[in-house]
Amino acid sequence: MITTDICIIGAGPVGLFAVFEAGLLKMRCHLIDYLPQVGGQLSEIYPQKPIYDIPGYPEVKAQELVDNLMDQIKPFKPTFTLGERVDHLAKQSDGSFIVTTNDKTQVHAQVIVIAGGLGVFEPRKPAIEKLEHFEGKGVTYMVKNPEAFRDKKVVLAGGGDSALDWTIYLSKVAQKVTLVHRNETFRGAPDSAAKVFDLANNGKIDLILSANLKELGGNGHLNSVKLENKSKEEITIDTDYLIPLFGLSPKLGPIADWGLNIDKNAIEVDTRDYSTGVERIYAIGDINTYPGKLKLILCGFHEAAIMMHSAFKYVYPDQKLSFKYTTVNGVNSF
Amino acid sequence: MVKFIVEDHDGNRQEIEAPDDMGLSLMEVLKASEYPVLATCGGMALCATCHVEVIEGEDELGEATDPELDQLENLPEYFPTSRLACQVRISPLLEGAVIRLRGEDN
Repeated sequence: MITTDICIIGAGPVGLFAVFEAGLLKMRCHLIDYLPQVGGQLSEIYPQKPIYDIPGYPEVKAQELVDNLMDQIKPFKPTFTLGERVDHLAKQSDGSFIVTTNDKTQVHAQVIVIAGGLGVFEPRKPAIEKLEHFEGKGVTYMVKNPEAFRDKKVVLAGGGDSALDWTIYLSKVAQKVTLVHRNETFRGAPDSAAKVFDLANNGKIDLILSANLKELGGNGHLNSVKLENKSKEEITIDTDYLIPLFGLSPKLGPIADWGLNIDKNAIEVDTRDYSTGVERIYAIGDINTYPGKLKLILCGFHEAAIMMHSAFKYVYPDQKLSFKYTTVNGVNSF
Repeated sequence: MVKFIVEDHDGNRQEIEAPDDMGLSLMEVLKASEYPVLATCGGMALCATCHVEVIEGEDELGEATDPELDQLENLPEYFPTSRLACQVRISPLLEGAVIRLRGEDN
Protein backbone atom coordinates (compact mmCIF):
# COMPACT_ATOMS: atom_id res chain seq x y z
CA MET A 1 0.00 0.00 0.00
CA ILE A 2 1.31 3.44 -0.98
CA THR A 3 0.74 6.11 1.68
CA THR A 4 0.60 9.79 0.79
CA ASP A 5 -1.11 13.02 1.80
CA ILE A 6 -2.84 13.75 -1.50
CA CYS A 7 -3.74 11.28 -4.24
CA ILE A 8 -4.14 13.04 -7.59
CA ILE A 9 -6.07 11.16 -10.25
CA GLY A 10 -4.79 12.34 -13.61
CA ALA A 11 -1.22 13.38 -14.44
CA GLY A 12 -2.01 16.05 -17.03
CA PRO A 13 -0.72 19.63 -16.71
CA VAL A 14 -3.18 20.56 -13.97
CA GLY A 15 -2.52 17.40 -11.92
CA LEU A 16 1.22 18.05 -12.22
CA PHE A 17 0.99 21.69 -11.16
CA ALA A 18 -1.20 20.67 -8.21
CA VAL A 19 1.87 18.82 -6.87
CA PHE A 20 3.72 22.16 -6.76
CA GLU A 21 0.94 23.93 -4.88
CA ALA A 22 0.67 21.01 -2.45
CA GLY A 23 4.44 20.96 -1.99
CA LEU A 24 4.56 24.61 -0.95
CA LEU A 25 2.22 23.60 1.88
CA LYS A 26 4.36 20.55 2.76
CA MET A 27 1.84 18.07 1.43
CA ARG A 28 3.10 15.03 -0.50
CA CYS A 29 1.40 13.74 -3.64
CA HIS A 30 0.98 10.48 -5.50
CA LEU A 31 -0.40 10.65 -9.06
CA ILE A 32 -2.22 7.94 -10.98
CA ASP A 33 -2.87 8.00 -14.73
CA TYR A 34 -4.16 5.39 -17.18
CA LEU A 35 -1.80 6.60 -19.88
CA PRO A 36 1.70 5.10 -19.72
CA GLN A 37 3.30 8.58 -19.58
CA VAL A 38 2.60 11.87 -17.78
CA GLY A 39 1.18 14.93 -19.55
CA GLY A 40 -2.36 13.82 -20.32
CA GLN A 41 -3.71 14.94 -23.69
CA LEU A 42 -0.77 17.31 -24.19
CA SER A 43 1.65 14.39 -24.46
CA GLU A 44 -0.81 11.88 -25.90
CA ILE A 45 -2.56 13.96 -28.57
CA TYR A 46 -0.62 17.09 -29.47
CA PRO A 47 2.92 17.05 -28.01
CA GLN A 48 4.35 19.22 -30.82
CA LYS A 49 1.52 21.78 -30.97
CA PRO A 50 2.32 25.28 -29.74
CA ILE A 51 0.19 26.72 -26.91
CA TYR A 52 -0.11 30.52 -26.74
CA ASP A 53 -2.11 31.23 -23.59
CA ILE A 54 0.16 30.10 -20.78
CA PRO A 55 1.04 33.24 -18.79
CA GLY A 56 4.68 34.16 -19.25
CA TYR A 57 5.13 31.98 -22.33
CA PRO A 58 4.37 33.74 -25.63
CA GLU A 59 4.57 30.27 -27.18
CA VAL A 60 5.34 26.86 -25.71
CA LYS A 61 5.08 23.39 -27.22
CA ALA A 62 2.71 21.12 -25.33
CA GLN A 63 5.40 18.56 -24.47
CA GLU A 64 7.79 21.32 -23.43
CA LEU A 65 5.19 22.61 -20.96
CA VAL A 66 4.82 19.11 -19.51
CA ASP A 67 8.61 18.71 -19.24
CA ASN A 68 8.87 22.09 -17.50
CA LEU A 69 6.10 21.17 -15.06
CA MET A 70 7.96 17.93 -14.23
CA ASP A 71 11.07 20.04 -13.51
CA GLN A 72 9.07 22.47 -11.42
CA ILE A 73 7.62 19.76 -9.15
CA LYS A 74 10.85 17.77 -8.78
CA PRO A 75 11.67 19.33 -5.36
CA PHE A 76 8.48 17.83 -3.99
CA LYS A 77 9.32 14.26 -5.04
CA PRO A 78 5.94 13.18 -6.37
CA THR A 79 5.41 9.46 -6.94
CA PHE A 80 3.50 7.97 -9.88
CA THR A 81 1.42 4.96 -10.84
CA LEU A 82 1.12 5.05 -14.64
CA GLY A 83 -0.80 2.76 -17.01
CA GLU A 84 -3.41 2.01 -14.36
CA ARG A 85 -6.97 3.18 -14.00
CA VAL A 86 -8.50 4.09 -10.63
CA ASP A 87 -11.51 1.85 -10.22
CA HIS A 88 -12.56 2.23 -6.57
CA LEU A 89 -12.53 4.83 -3.82
CA ALA A 90 -13.21 3.59 -0.30
CA LYS A 91 -13.81 6.04 2.55
CA GLN A 92 -12.17 5.03 5.85
CA SER A 93 -13.62 5.64 9.30
CA ASP A 94 -11.13 8.48 9.94
CA GLY A 95 -12.27 10.28 6.77
CA SER A 96 -9.27 9.30 4.63
CA PHE A 97 -9.54 7.27 1.43
CA ILE A 98 -8.09 4.09 -0.04
CA VAL A 99 -7.88 4.16 -3.82
CA THR A 100 -7.66 0.91 -5.79
CA THR A 101 -6.61 0.63 -9.45
CA ASN A 102 -7.55 -1.98 -12.04
CA ASP A 103 -4.16 -3.62 -11.36
CA LYS A 104 -4.94 -3.72 -7.61
CA THR A 105 -2.44 -1.00 -6.66
CA GLN A 106 -3.67 0.67 -3.47
CA VAL A 107 -3.03 4.21 -2.30
CA HIS A 108 -4.00 5.56 1.12
CA ALA A 109 -4.50 9.35 1.11
CA GLN A 110 -6.08 12.03 3.27
CA VAL A 111 -7.41 13.90 0.25
CA ILE A 112 -8.40 12.92 -3.29
CA VAL A 113 -7.96 15.33 -6.19
CA ILE A 114 -9.60 14.42 -9.47
CA ALA A 115 -7.68 16.13 -12.28
CA GLY A 116 -8.96 13.69 -14.86
CA GLY A 117 -9.33 16.03 -17.85
CA LEU A 118 -11.76 14.45 -20.28
CA GLY A 119 -11.73 11.15 -18.43
CA VAL A 120 -9.87 7.94 -19.03
CA PHE A 121 -8.25 7.41 -22.43
CA GLU A 122 -9.62 3.99 -23.37
CA PRO A 123 -8.63 2.06 -26.49
CA ARG A 124 -11.05 2.22 -29.41
CA LYS A 125 -12.43 -1.23 -30.06
CA PRO A 126 -13.28 -2.62 -33.49
CA ALA A 127 -16.82 -3.98 -33.87
CA ILE A 128 -16.17 -7.74 -33.91
CA GLU A 129 -18.37 -10.31 -32.25
CA LYS A 130 -16.99 -11.92 -29.08
CA LEU A 131 -14.14 -9.36 -28.88
CA GLU A 132 -14.83 -8.67 -25.22
CA HIS A 133 -15.12 -12.38 -24.49
CA PHE A 134 -11.45 -12.78 -25.47
CA GLU A 135 -10.14 -9.67 -23.65
CA GLY A 136 -7.33 -10.82 -21.38
CA LYS A 137 -7.52 -14.21 -23.10
CA GLY A 138 -5.54 -13.33 -26.18
CA VAL A 139 -7.03 -9.92 -27.05
CA THR A 140 -5.12 -6.94 -25.70
CA TYR A 141 -5.13 -3.26 -26.67
CA MET A 142 -1.85 -2.19 -25.12
CA VAL A 143 1.62 -3.68 -25.24
CA LYS A 144 2.68 -3.20 -21.64
CA ASN A 145 5.30 -5.93 -21.52
CA PRO A 146 6.63 -7.02 -24.93
CA GLU A 147 8.25 -10.10 -23.34
CA ALA A 148 4.75 -11.54 -22.88
CA PHE A 149 4.76 -12.10 -26.66
CA ARG A 150 8.11 -13.88 -26.86
CA ASP A 151 7.91 -16.95 -29.14
CA LYS A 152 4.15 -16.42 -29.55
CA LYS A 153 2.04 -15.88 -32.66
CA VAL A 154 0.69 -12.32 -32.77
CA VAL A 155 -1.76 -10.57 -35.09
CA LEU A 156 -1.77 -6.75 -35.01
CA ALA A 157 -4.54 -4.71 -36.62
CA GLY A 158 -4.40 -1.03 -37.56
CA GLY A 159 -2.56 1.37 -39.84
CA GLY A 160 -1.35 4.15 -37.58
CA ASP A 161 2.07 4.78 -36.11
CA SER A 162 1.58 2.54 -33.08
CA ALA A 163 0.54 -0.42 -35.27
CA LEU A 164 3.66 0.09 -37.42
CA ASP A 165 6.00 0.61 -34.46
CA TRP A 166 4.79 -2.44 -32.53
CA THR A 167 4.90 -4.60 -35.65
CA ILE A 168 8.57 -3.69 -36.10
CA TYR A 169 9.35 -4.22 -32.42
CA LEU A 170 7.48 -7.50 -32.01
CA SER A 171 8.99 -8.94 -35.22
CA LYS A 172 12.18 -9.37 -33.17
CA VAL A 173 10.43 -10.97 -30.20
CA ALA A 174 7.47 -13.02 -31.35
CA GLN A 175 7.55 -16.33 -33.21
CA LYS A 176 5.27 -14.95 -35.94
CA VAL A 177 3.85 -11.46 -36.51
CA THR A 178 0.98 -10.66 -38.88
CA LEU A 179 -0.11 -7.07 -39.52
CA VAL A 180 -3.62 -6.57 -40.88
CA HIS A 181 -4.49 -3.21 -42.41
CA ARG A 182 -7.65 -2.22 -44.25
CA ASN A 183 -5.89 -0.12 -46.93
CA GLU A 184 -3.08 -0.73 -49.43
CA THR A 185 -0.82 1.98 -48.02
CA PHE A 186 0.04 3.47 -44.64
CA ARG A 187 -0.34 7.11 -43.71
CA GLY A 188 1.89 6.75 -40.65
CA ALA A 189 5.56 7.73 -40.48
CA PRO A 190 7.09 6.90 -43.92
CA ASP A 191 10.23 5.42 -42.31
CA SER A 192 8.21 2.99 -40.23
CA ALA A 193 5.98 2.08 -43.20
CA ALA A 194 9.07 1.38 -45.36
CA LYS A 195 10.51 -0.81 -42.59
CA VAL A 196 7.27 -2.80 -42.35
CA PHE A 197 7.24 -3.40 -46.13
CA ASP A 198 10.89 -4.49 -45.92
CA LEU A 199 10.12 -6.95 -43.13
CA ALA A 200 7.26 -8.36 -45.21
CA ASN A 201 9.41 -8.67 -48.34
CA ASN A 202 12.09 -10.49 -46.35
CA GLY A 203 9.57 -12.91 -44.92
CA LYS A 204 10.03 -11.64 -41.36
CA ILE A 205 6.36 -10.76 -40.98
CA ASP A 206 3.10 -11.44 -42.81
CA LEU A 207 1.51 -8.25 -44.10
CA ILE A 208 -2.13 -8.55 -45.10
CA LEU A 209 -3.45 -5.42 -46.78
CA SER A 210 -6.99 -4.42 -47.79
CA ALA A 211 -8.42 -6.75 -45.19
CA ASN A 212 -10.66 -6.39 -42.17
CA LEU A 213 -11.04 -8.37 -38.95
CA LYS A 214 -14.14 -10.49 -39.19
CA GLU A 215 -14.31 -13.14 -36.50
CA LEU A 216 -12.42 -14.56 -33.53
CA GLY A 217 -12.08 -18.23 -32.69
CA GLY A 218 -10.92 -20.19 -29.67
CA ASN A 219 -12.13 -22.30 -26.83
CA GLY A 220 -11.43 -20.21 -23.75
CA HIS A 221 -8.25 -18.61 -25.12
CA LEU A 222 -8.02 -17.01 -28.57
CA ASN A 223 -6.50 -19.34 -31.18
CA SER A 224 -7.56 -17.91 -34.54
CA VAL A 225 -8.58 -14.71 -36.30
CA LYS A 226 -10.70 -14.69 -39.43
CA LEU A 227 -10.18 -11.86 -41.93
CA GLU A 228 -12.05 -10.78 -45.02
CA ASN A 229 -10.18 -9.22 -47.94
CA LYS A 230 -11.59 -6.83 -50.51
CA SER A 231 -12.67 -9.68 -52.81
CA LYS A 232 -14.75 -10.90 -49.82
CA GLU A 233 -12.54 -13.97 -49.43
CA GLU A 234 -12.05 -15.21 -45.90
CA ILE A 235 -8.60 -15.92 -44.50
CA THR A 236 -8.09 -17.68 -41.17
CA ILE A 237 -4.86 -17.14 -39.24
CA ASP A 238 -3.78 -19.25 -36.25
CA THR A 239 -2.64 -16.95 -33.48
CA ASP A 240 -2.08 -16.67 -29.74
CA TYR A 241 -2.73 -12.93 -29.55
CA LEU A 242 -4.66 -10.19 -31.32
CA ILE A 243 -3.63 -6.58 -30.69
CA PRO A 244 -6.10 -4.10 -32.25
CA LEU A 245 -4.48 -0.63 -32.35
CA PHE A 246 -7.06 1.97 -33.32
CA GLY A 247 -6.13 4.86 -31.06
CA LEU A 248 -7.58 6.07 -27.79
CA SER A 249 -10.75 7.90 -26.93
CA PRO A 250 -11.66 9.53 -23.59
CA LYS A 251 -14.45 8.10 -21.46
CA LEU A 252 -15.58 9.37 -18.05
CA GLY A 253 -15.06 5.82 -16.75
CA PRO A 254 -15.40 4.75 -13.11
CA ILE A 255 -15.49 8.40 -11.89
CA ALA A 256 -19.19 8.31 -12.74
CA ASP A 257 -19.78 5.76 -9.94
CA TRP A 258 -18.23 7.65 -7.00
CA GLY A 259 -21.36 9.46 -5.83
CA LEU A 260 -20.30 12.86 -7.19
CA ASN A 261 -22.67 15.30 -8.88
CA ILE A 262 -22.06 14.89 -12.60
CA ASP A 263 -23.38 17.25 -15.26
CA LYS A 264 -22.60 16.39 -18.90
CA ASN A 265 -19.51 14.32 -18.11
CA ALA A 266 -18.12 16.95 -15.73
CA ILE A 267 -18.04 17.07 -11.90
CA GLU A 268 -19.93 19.93 -10.27
CA VAL A 269 -17.77 21.82 -7.75
CA ASP A 270 -18.04 24.68 -5.28
CA THR A 271 -15.97 27.57 -6.68
CA ARG A 272 -14.83 28.62 -3.19
CA ASP A 273 -12.36 25.72 -3.14
CA TYR A 274 -13.26 23.36 -6.04
CA SER A 275 -14.57 20.78 -3.60
CA THR A 276 -17.10 18.24 -4.78
CA GLY A 277 -20.18 17.28 -2.79
CA VAL A 278 -18.11 14.58 -1.04
CA GLU A 279 -15.84 15.79 1.77
CA ARG A 280 -12.08 15.51 1.00
CA ILE A 281 -12.67 14.98 -2.72
CA TYR A 282 -11.80 17.89 -5.01
CA ALA A 283 -12.00 18.22 -8.80
CA ILE A 284 -9.84 20.60 -10.85
CA GLY A 285 -9.13 21.27 -14.52
CA ASP A 286 -11.22 20.16 -17.49
CA ILE A 287 -13.07 17.50 -15.46
CA ASN A 288 -14.97 20.03 -13.30
CA THR A 289 -17.81 22.39 -14.09
CA TYR A 290 -19.25 25.52 -12.47
CA PRO A 291 -20.99 28.66 -13.72
CA GLY A 292 -18.55 30.47 -16.00
CA LYS A 293 -16.15 27.51 -16.32
CA LEU A 294 -13.51 27.84 -19.03
CA LYS A 295 -11.60 24.71 -20.03
CA LEU A 296 -8.17 26.34 -20.08
CA ILE A 297 -4.91 25.07 -18.60
CA LEU A 298 -4.39 28.39 -16.86
CA CYS A 299 -7.79 28.12 -15.13
CA GLY A 300 -6.82 24.64 -13.93
CA PHE A 301 -3.59 26.03 -12.45
CA HIS A 302 -5.60 28.64 -10.52
CA GLU A 303 -8.02 25.99 -9.30
CA ALA A 304 -5.08 23.84 -8.09
CA ALA A 305 -3.70 26.66 -5.91
CA ILE A 306 -7.05 27.47 -4.25
CA MET A 307 -7.92 23.80 -3.81
CA MET A 308 -4.64 22.86 -2.08
CA HIS A 309 -5.07 25.65 0.47
CA SER A 310 -8.49 24.21 1.28
CA ALA A 311 -7.14 20.64 1.54
CA PHE A 312 -4.46 21.68 4.08
CA LYS A 313 -6.91 21.34 6.98
CA TYR A 314 -7.37 17.62 6.29
CA VAL A 315 -3.65 16.86 6.11
CA TYR A 316 -2.64 19.08 9.05
CA PRO A 317 -5.79 19.40 11.17
CA ASP A 318 -3.87 20.86 14.13
CA GLN A 319 -1.94 23.51 12.20
CA LYS A 320 -2.90 26.95 11.08
CA LEU A 321 -2.11 27.66 7.44
CA SER A 322 -0.01 30.74 6.87
CA PHE A 323 0.09 32.01 3.32
CA LYS A 324 3.59 32.58 1.96
CA TYR A 325 5.05 33.83 -1.31
CA THR A 326 7.75 31.82 -3.09
CA THR A 327 9.64 35.12 -3.58
CA VAL A 328 9.94 35.36 0.21
CA ASN A 329 10.40 31.74 1.20
CA GLY A 330 11.72 30.12 -1.96
CA VAL A 331 10.87 26.51 -2.71
CA ASN A 332 11.77 24.23 0.17
CA SER A 333 12.13 20.72 -1.14
CA PHE A 334 11.22 17.63 0.87
CA MET B 1 -27.36 31.59 -42.57
CA VAL B 2 -27.20 28.04 -43.92
CA LYS B 3 -29.51 25.15 -43.16
CA PHE B 4 -28.50 21.52 -43.05
CA ILE B 5 -29.70 18.27 -41.46
CA VAL B 6 -27.97 16.42 -38.63
CA GLU B 7 -28.66 12.75 -37.93
CA ASP B 8 -27.75 11.62 -34.40
CA HIS B 9 -26.58 8.21 -33.20
CA ASP B 10 -30.19 7.02 -32.91
CA GLY B 11 -31.05 8.03 -36.48
CA ASN B 12 -33.10 11.09 -35.45
CA ARG B 13 -32.81 13.96 -37.92
CA GLN B 14 -33.01 17.64 -37.11
CA GLU B 15 -32.56 20.75 -39.23
CA ILE B 16 -29.84 23.08 -37.96
CA GLU B 17 -29.43 26.70 -38.95
CA ALA B 18 -26.05 28.34 -38.51
CA PRO B 19 -24.39 31.64 -39.47
CA ASP B 20 -21.93 31.25 -42.35
CA ASP B 21 -20.02 34.48 -41.74
CA MET B 22 -18.46 33.82 -38.34
CA GLY B 23 -15.71 31.39 -39.27
CA LEU B 24 -17.35 28.59 -37.28
CA SER B 25 -16.61 24.93 -37.83
CA LEU B 26 -19.26 22.25 -38.07
CA MET B 27 -17.84 20.76 -34.85
CA GLU B 28 -18.45 24.01 -32.95
CA VAL B 29 -22.04 24.21 -34.22
CA LEU B 30 -22.71 20.57 -33.31
CA LYS B 31 -21.41 21.15 -29.79
CA ALA B 32 -23.41 24.37 -29.44
CA SER B 33 -26.49 22.41 -30.55
CA GLU B 34 -25.85 19.98 -27.64
CA TYR B 35 -24.89 17.00 -29.80
CA PRO B 36 -22.59 14.52 -28.01
CA VAL B 37 -19.40 15.55 -29.79
CA LEU B 38 -16.32 15.27 -27.57
CA ALA B 39 -13.87 17.27 -29.70
CA THR B 40 -11.06 16.22 -27.37
CA CYS B 41 -8.35 18.12 -29.22
CA GLY B 42 -10.46 21.25 -29.53
CA GLY B 43 -10.44 21.37 -33.33
CA MET B 44 -6.88 20.60 -34.45
CA ALA B 45 -7.76 17.47 -36.48
CA LEU B 46 -5.82 15.42 -33.95
CA CYS B 47 -8.33 13.12 -32.27
CA ALA B 48 -11.18 12.09 -34.64
CA THR B 49 -13.81 12.33 -31.88
CA CYS B 50 -15.82 14.69 -34.13
CA HIS B 51 -16.02 12.09 -36.91
CA VAL B 52 -19.10 12.58 -39.15
CA GLU B 53 -20.30 11.00 -42.37
CA VAL B 54 -21.66 13.24 -45.11
CA ILE B 55 -24.82 11.47 -46.34
CA GLU B 56 -25.90 14.14 -48.80
CA GLY B 57 -23.97 17.10 -50.17
CA GLU B 58 -20.61 15.35 -50.34
CA ASP B 59 -19.90 16.68 -53.83
CA GLU B 60 -20.23 20.28 -52.65
CA LEU B 61 -18.27 19.75 -49.43
CA GLY B 62 -15.38 17.94 -51.06
CA GLU B 63 -13.17 15.18 -49.75
CA ALA B 64 -11.41 14.85 -46.42
CA THR B 65 -8.06 16.64 -46.27
CA ASP B 66 -4.76 14.88 -45.49
CA PRO B 67 -4.78 15.72 -41.75
CA GLU B 68 -8.33 14.34 -41.54
CA LEU B 69 -7.39 11.15 -43.39
CA ASP B 70 -4.42 10.67 -41.04
CA GLN B 71 -6.84 10.55 -38.10
CA LEU B 72 -9.62 8.61 -39.85
CA GLU B 73 -7.10 5.93 -40.74
CA ASN B 74 -6.59 5.23 -37.03
CA LEU B 75 -10.27 4.49 -36.42
CA PRO B 76 -11.67 0.95 -36.39
CA GLU B 77 -14.14 2.06 -39.10
CA TYR B 78 -14.65 4.98 -41.46
CA PHE B 79 -16.57 5.66 -44.66
CA PRO B 80 -15.90 7.01 -48.16
CA THR B 81 -17.51 10.36 -47.23
CA SER B 82 -16.21 10.56 -43.67
CA ARG B 83 -15.01 13.95 -42.44
CA LEU B 84 -13.82 15.48 -39.19
CA ALA B 85 -16.44 18.10 -38.31
CA CYS B 86 -13.74 20.42 -36.91
CA GLN B 87 -12.31 20.75 -40.42
CA VAL B 88 -15.63 21.51 -42.13
CA ARG B 89 -16.32 25.27 -42.27
CA ILE B 90 -19.86 26.54 -41.92
CA SER B 91 -20.26 27.96 -45.42
CA PRO B 92 -22.94 28.08 -48.14
CA LEU B 93 -21.52 24.73 -49.38
CA LEU B 94 -23.28 23.10 -46.41
CA GLU B 95 -26.75 24.22 -47.53
CA GLY B 96 -29.03 21.18 -47.71
CA ALA B 97 -26.33 18.71 -46.63
CA VAL B 98 -27.15 15.72 -44.42
CA ILE B 99 -24.55 14.94 -41.75
CA ARG B 100 -24.55 11.71 -39.70
CA LEU B 101 -22.70 11.66 -36.36
CA ARG B 102 -20.08 8.90 -36.23
CA GLY B 103 -17.83 9.89 -33.34
CA GLU B 104 -17.98 8.20 -29.94
CA ASP B 105 -21.31 8.66 -28.24
CA ASN B 106 -20.56 10.01 -24.78
